[in-house]
Amino acid sequence: MTGQTLTEKILAKASGKERVVPGETIDAKVDVLMMHDVTSTGAIKLLRKEFGNKIASGLKIVVVPDHYVPNKDIDSAKLYQELRGFVEEQKANGANIVDYMIEGGDYGVCHVMLPEKGHVIPGQVLVGGDSHTCTYGALGAFSTGVGTTEAGNVLAAGSLWFRVPESFKFEVSGKMPKNVMAKDLFLRVVGDIGVDGALYQAMEWSGDAIRNMSMEERMTLTNMAIEAGAKSGIIEPDETTALYLVRKNSSYPPSIVPGKLVGSSEIIKQFKAEGLYSDEYAQYVNVKRIDASGLEPLVAKPHLPSNVVPASELKDTQIHQAYIGSCTGGKYGDFVAAAEILKGQRVAKGVRLLVVPSTADVQRKLVREGLYDTFMDAGAVFSAPTCGACLGGYMGILAPGEVAISSTNRNFRGRMGSPESFVYLASPKTVAASAIAGHIMGAEK
Amino acid sequence: MIGIIRGKVYVVGNNIDTDVIIPARYLTTMDPKILAKHAMEDLDPEQYPAPFLNKDGTCDYQIVIAGSNFGCGSSREHAPIALRAAGVEAVVAASFARIYYRNSVNGGIILPLESTLDLTDAFKTGDEVEIDLRGSPVVQSYAKGQAYPIKPFGPVKDIIEAGGLTAYNKRRLNLVS
Repeated sequence: MTGQTLTEKILAKASGKERVVPGETIDAKVDVLMMHDVTSTGAIKLLRKEFGNKIASGLKIVVVPDHYVPNKDIDSAKLYQELRGFVEEQKANGANIVDYMIEGGDYGVCHVMLPEKGHVIPGQVLVGGDSHTCTYGALGAFSTGVGTTEAGNVLAAGSLWFRVPESFKFEVSGKMPKNVMAKDLFLRVVGDIGVDGALYQAMEWSGDAIRNMSMEERMTLTNMAIEAGAKSGIIEPDETTALYLVRKNSSYPPSIVPGKLVGSSEIIKQFKAEGLYSDEYAQYVNVKRIDASGLEPLVAKPHLPSNVVPASELKDTQIHQAYIGSCTGGKYGDFVAAAEILKGQRVAKGVRLLVVPSTADVQRKLVREGLYDTFMDAGAVFSAPTCGACLGGYMGILAPGEVAISSTNRNFRGRMGSPESFVYLASPKTVAASAIAGHIMGAEK
Repeated sequence: MIGIIRGKVYVVGNNIDTDVIIPARYLTTMDPKILAKHAMEDLDPEQYPAPFLNKDGTCDYQIVIAGSNFGCGSSREHAPIALRAAGVEAVVAASFARIYYRNSVNGGIILPLESTLDLTDAFKTGDEVEIDLRGSPVVQSYAKGQAYPIKPFGPVKDIIEAGGLTAYNKRRLNLVS
C-alpha cells in the first residue's frame, strides 16, 4: 500500500475514513470557521433564514473583521455592525465564538490573527470566507478559502464537502541569500508553474530551507498558495511549529492541562503520535526541487502574480508608492526585514511609503522595539492595522497611471485602485530598497 | 437548471480574476442589482473592445466563454452573483479557479461548465450559441454544426440539481429551520 500525504491524512481523519485518495469527494468535519467583515453577513443571514439560526455543535468560530476596519464608509460600517450583532447574539446563545472586533484595540488582519492568537492547531481543518485562508497550512493544518454560502452552511452543518486534492511537493534546499525572502521563493515558483500551476492541488513545502525558515516566513509561502490556484498549502509541523504553539498559548496538544508547562519536545512527540507527516511513499502529482541559494530578489509585474522577473531588470521603473502590509507581507518579521534596509535612510523624493501593520500586536511591537521610529525617520506614512489598499479598499488607493511596489499578494488590474494603475509585487526588503531608490530594485546582498 | 441554454456569448481569455469580474470597491453590498451594474467593469478595454455591459447597465450576453483559470483570486461570492444578475446563465471555461467554481455551484448561482477543449478561438463575442446539458453535454453555435463537448458535472451534480448547497444540506442532513 502506498503512503499518504499529510493533507490526505488530515482529510481522512476529518471525514471519518481510514484513508482518502485524490479526486475523491468527502464530507469533512470543520474544526474552525474564520469570518471577516466582507463575506460573512450573507452567511449570517443564511443561517438565520434557512437553518433556524442554529450553529453546529463542535464548531469553533473566530470572527476577525479586517478588510474595511476601522470602517471606511457608511456601507462598511453597516457590515461591521451586523457582524458585531451576530457575535453578541451567538455569545449569548452559548456558541463557541471568539471575536477580535476592534473595540478594545485587539484586532488585525485575520490570517495573522488566527495563528498569533493560537487558533491554528496542527492536524485540524480550518475554513474561512477569504481566499488566503490557506495561510494556516504553515502550522500543519488543512485550511482553505470558502465563499459566503459555504460559510453559512458550515455554520449550520459543521462540515463541508471537499474534493481531496492531489499534492504537489516543493523540495527546497540550500541557504537563502540575505537579500531574499520567502516571498521571492514563492514568486520563483509561481513564475515557473503559473497562476494555475497547482490548480485544485495542495502545495506541500519541504526540505532544509523550509525547516530553517521562521514560522512567519512559512506563512508567506502557504498564504500565496492560492496565487498558483492551489486549494491549500501545507508544511509538516516540526520544532519551529512546536515552539510557535507554546509561545502563542495555543491549546495544543489536546491533552494540555491549563497552567501546566508543556515543552516543545512533548509537542513534537504528539505530532508524531498523530501521524502529522507525509509518509515516505506518499504519492505526489508533481515534485519540484529548488535550490534556495540560487534565488535573487524577484518582482511580479502587472497584472499577474506569475509575471515574474528579477528586480534587477526593472531599474527603469519609477514608483509613486511603496506599500508594506497585508496578510502576506505585514507580519512583524516583514517589518524587521524592511527596517534593516530603511535604517538611517530616507525614501526618495516623490515616493510615498505606506506602512500598514497587520495587527495591533505587530503595531505595538514596532513601537516597543523602536522600528516605528526607523520607519517614521525614513519618511513612512503609518496606518492602523487593516487589509486596506491591498485589495483596493482604502488607505492608499492608486490613481490612474500610478505605479506601486507592494509586499502584498495580488497585482490584478485595478487591485489596488484605478484599473489604469500598476502594481508590482515583491518582498518587504525589495519594497524598502525600492522606496529609497525611487525605482524598483532589490536589496543588496 | 440542467437543460438547454441559448444566447449570445462574450469571449474572454485566461485567468479572468475576481477583481475584474467585480472590483473590491463594490464589496460593501451583496445586492445583485447593484453588483450587476459593475460586472466585468475592470476588463481591459484595449483587449476587450466590446463592452460587456451596455451604457444603461444592461447586458446582452447570456453565456461567457473563457480560457483557463476563470475566476481566480478572491473568495468573493459577489463574482458569480454579479454575472448572474447581469443576465449570464453559464460560463464555459477550459478550467475554473476552485473557489469561484464552488461558489457558483454551492450558491446555486450560475452554471460553471468545463469544456474539454479551450473554446476561446472557436467562438467570438456576439456569436449565438446553444448549450445542451441533456445526455452528453455540448456547446454549439446556431450556425455551425460543430458541437464541442462539456465535461460531466461528476459528484457536484446532486448539489446543482438541488439548487445549491443550502437546499442540498437541508435535505441531506435533515437540518430544518
